[in-house]
Amino acid sequence: MVDAKKQDPRSKFPPVEGGKSRYNLTSGKYMKIWQGPQHPGITGNMSLELTVCGDEVVDCKTHVGYLHRGFEKLMERRKYIQCFPLVCRICVPEPDFNEYLFAECVEELAGIQIPERAKWLRALTLEMARLTSFLMWIGGQAGSFGMGTIGQWTVTMRDYMLDLFEELSGGRIYHMYIIPGGVRADLPEGYEGRVESTLKQIEKVLKDVELALMHNYVFKKRAKGLGIITPDMVDEYGITGPNARGSGVKRDIRKDNPYLIYDQLDFEIVTETGSDAYARTWVRMKEMYQSIDLIRQMMKKMPKEGPFFQKLPNVLHWKVPAGQTYHKSECTRGEYGFYMVSDGTELPRRVYVRGPSYTHAVTLMERLAVNTNIADTAGLMVSLHTYPPEIER
Amino acid sequence: MNIIEDKFSVWQKRFSLSGFENKSSELAFVQVPADQTVAFITTVRDLDGYKHLVFFTAVDLLEDGVFRLTYMLHNYTTKHDLGIQTDISRDSASMESIHHLWPHGATYQRELKEMFGIDFPGSPGVNESFVLEGWFAMPPMRRDFDTKEYSEATFFPRPGRKTFDTQEYMKEQLYPSEAETW
Amino acid sequence: MSDSNKQIDEIASQMKMANDGLSEQDKAYFCDTRPHAVEPYKGILEKFANWARSQSLWILGFGTGCGAIELRPLMTSRYDMYRYGIQPRPTPRQACVFVIGGYASVKTAKRIVRSYEQMQGPKFVLGLGSCTVNGGMYWDSYNTINRLDHYIPVDVYITGCMPRPEALLAGFNTLKGMIREGKAEGMNKYIENFDWYKANQKKIIKDWNMPDYNW
Repeated sequence: MVDAKKQDPRSKFPPVEGGKSRYNLTSGKYMKIWQGPQHPGITGNMSLELTVCGDEVVDCKTHVGYLHRGFEKLMERRKYIQCFPLVCRICVPEPDFNEYLFAECVEELAGIQIPERAKWLRALTLEMARLTSFLMWIGGQAGSFGMGTIGQWTVTMRDYMLDLFEELSGGRIYHMYIIPGGVRADLPEGYEGRVESTLKQIEKVLKDVELALMHNYVFKKRAKGLGIITPDMVDEYGITGPNARGSGVKRDIRKDNPYLIYDQLDFEIVTETGSDAYARTWVRMKEMYQSIDLIRQMMKKMPKEGPFFQKLPNVLHWKVPAGQTYHKSECTRGEYGFYMVSDGTELPRRVYVRGPSYTHAVTLMERLAVNTNIADTAGLMVSLHTYPPEIER
Repeated sequence: MNIIEDKFSVWQKRFSLSGFENKSSELAFVQVPADQTVAFITTVRDLDGYKHLVFFTAVDLLEDGVFRLTYMLHNYTTKHDLGIQTDISRDSASMESIHHLWPHGATYQRELKEMFGIDFPGSPGVNESFVLEGWFAMPPMRRDFDTKEYSEATFFPRPGRKTFDTQEYMKEQLYPSEAETW
Repeated sequence: MSDSNKQIDEIASQMKMANDGLSEQDKAYFCDTRPHAVEPYKGILEKFANWARSQSLWILGFGTGCGAIELRPLMTSRYDMYRYGIQPRPTPRQACVFVIGGYASVKTAKRIVRSYEQMQGPKFVLGLGSCTVNGGMYWDSYNTINRLDHYIPVDVYITGCMPRPEALLAGFNTLKGMIREGKAEGMNKYIENFDWYKANQKKIIKDWNMPDYNW
């Protein structure tokens, strides 16, 4: 909600008066249009209520809730092990972060230590999921500016990654691979070679994408200067992930609060200083290369033998001791977190999911969409990499 | 580990903090009375560098008749998460707003109003619907709301769903050996 | 169950065709005639029309649930649905197949009904995922519908969570076969049982603020 105090001082438009709509729609100067939920330019399933003056957006209000399934309520009436196939469905492009965080919270509350190799396998799937999600995203970003070809290339590459996931876990989209106590299966034979050959293919395509997208006149013209996030907005709006790093703010949970085995890997935080959609695209492009590098490092450093699963007590009557905890990780969009409260029974008391899009898609989008064009709102929204189901869950 | 305990003793001089739980070097929870919560949050935000509001949510403790609100703040300098918890009464639940500290606080408050029925007077748009549309029943995240009952009464369950006792079923059908050990 | 049936009868008895629930100002914008069933052509003409219909299925680009994520691989080079004459369209007016991508929350169900009614006939519905069949994972959720066929007519269900792109292609081919044989009569079914569908829809969409038939 943009209130009068927060309104952009550059704006030439009238502020709120007496709590009523600022824009007198009957004056004929303004028009209200809805973008979404049935609109190809909208990421996921949400809608923007735009007030426009000519082609310029003077007010934006986001509406979410089209994908609300009540996960947090459903988890209250399922046992811990029954929750585990449910959590991954919160976020479709990269379900592994949900599985990992849920497992991590349960393990901390129940006091389970997982084997070393399970940690490496978890980190490997998380990094593969990151690459998969970014490949999907770059297709969307290019498509929102009218370059459909990039999407044709990268979504196919994503599909090759999904094949790897399928081989590992049996599922294309929902893997249900990371389970409390470890992971469900070991790497298949000859998996490393297949990962390596897929990564080589992806690297080749990414070089093409860099040429065709990042040095493209149309893309530069439209993405530069679009949706500027200044560094002081980062704390105010709770911006995390590549959106913050695109503004030169050097923060990455993998480096700051290393989880799993990220402290044993060699990487640098990627930042850009452009603060706009173009800089954010660069950050994500570089993070894709970084992901590829990290997967290679992990394949090299990972212990080759060892247990990957810690035997659990009888999960059907598994009582987790009372307590509360919060765990977070760096997903493609920012800080993803699970807050879990247990009351010592077989069912979790409360599981709260903190999705990064919560702030990006609602408050930040309402702020950034002002003073852009109707045609650019889709590109702006994709450049924030929002994903609605993690807002409403 | 010690830094946060030192800080806690400093805060205790100014606020009547009732509980402190140090989970790890990265996470701690602190209990604050409801009337001092927003003052405490402002203090830790402005003086101690907890600048990032990670999330704001509630837990319904039906047995005690309270909602436990949790404000999770993060300090980027010390890389520490601080959960600030406060209990408010379940009937006519109301709490001070934090939308002036973080703009996205208003979004969290809108959600809490809709999902738990906790009021935040003065928060912009708090009475607008956020996720649900045309919802007339009790706020769904309250503990006494039964989602299964509601679903069966409202939607049209397809007949033929069977429920088994999981352990018995595993023994009978699937993995007789696994059911023993798991 | 009897309670819920009674409730539906009650809503159906109160229902007036016309633009109930709209303000006086808005009523002028919408047509208030009932939809009418479409008679098939005679003999070979209908066969030809059905063959032609089955060869160009244009789907509505409305990702209603998480199933929409498998439409992306489907419309890009690996699975390439264009070779079957299937392509996405941005607006309901140009589309004839509605792919319901999985679970539908009540808020989305309202948009699904609107979009479905705005589509031009002949139109077909593909229910994607187990959650459209019986609620799937979310069978006890307070916000997702359990059976899609109580709200709009469904021609083909594709089960799974999530169904693979190959399953979707198989579903499309089944639909094509049904159209060629003249069995995909969902639109006429909707019109014939209009009151029943409307009562079901109104039971879950409590704040009905749109025309009854959204032509």
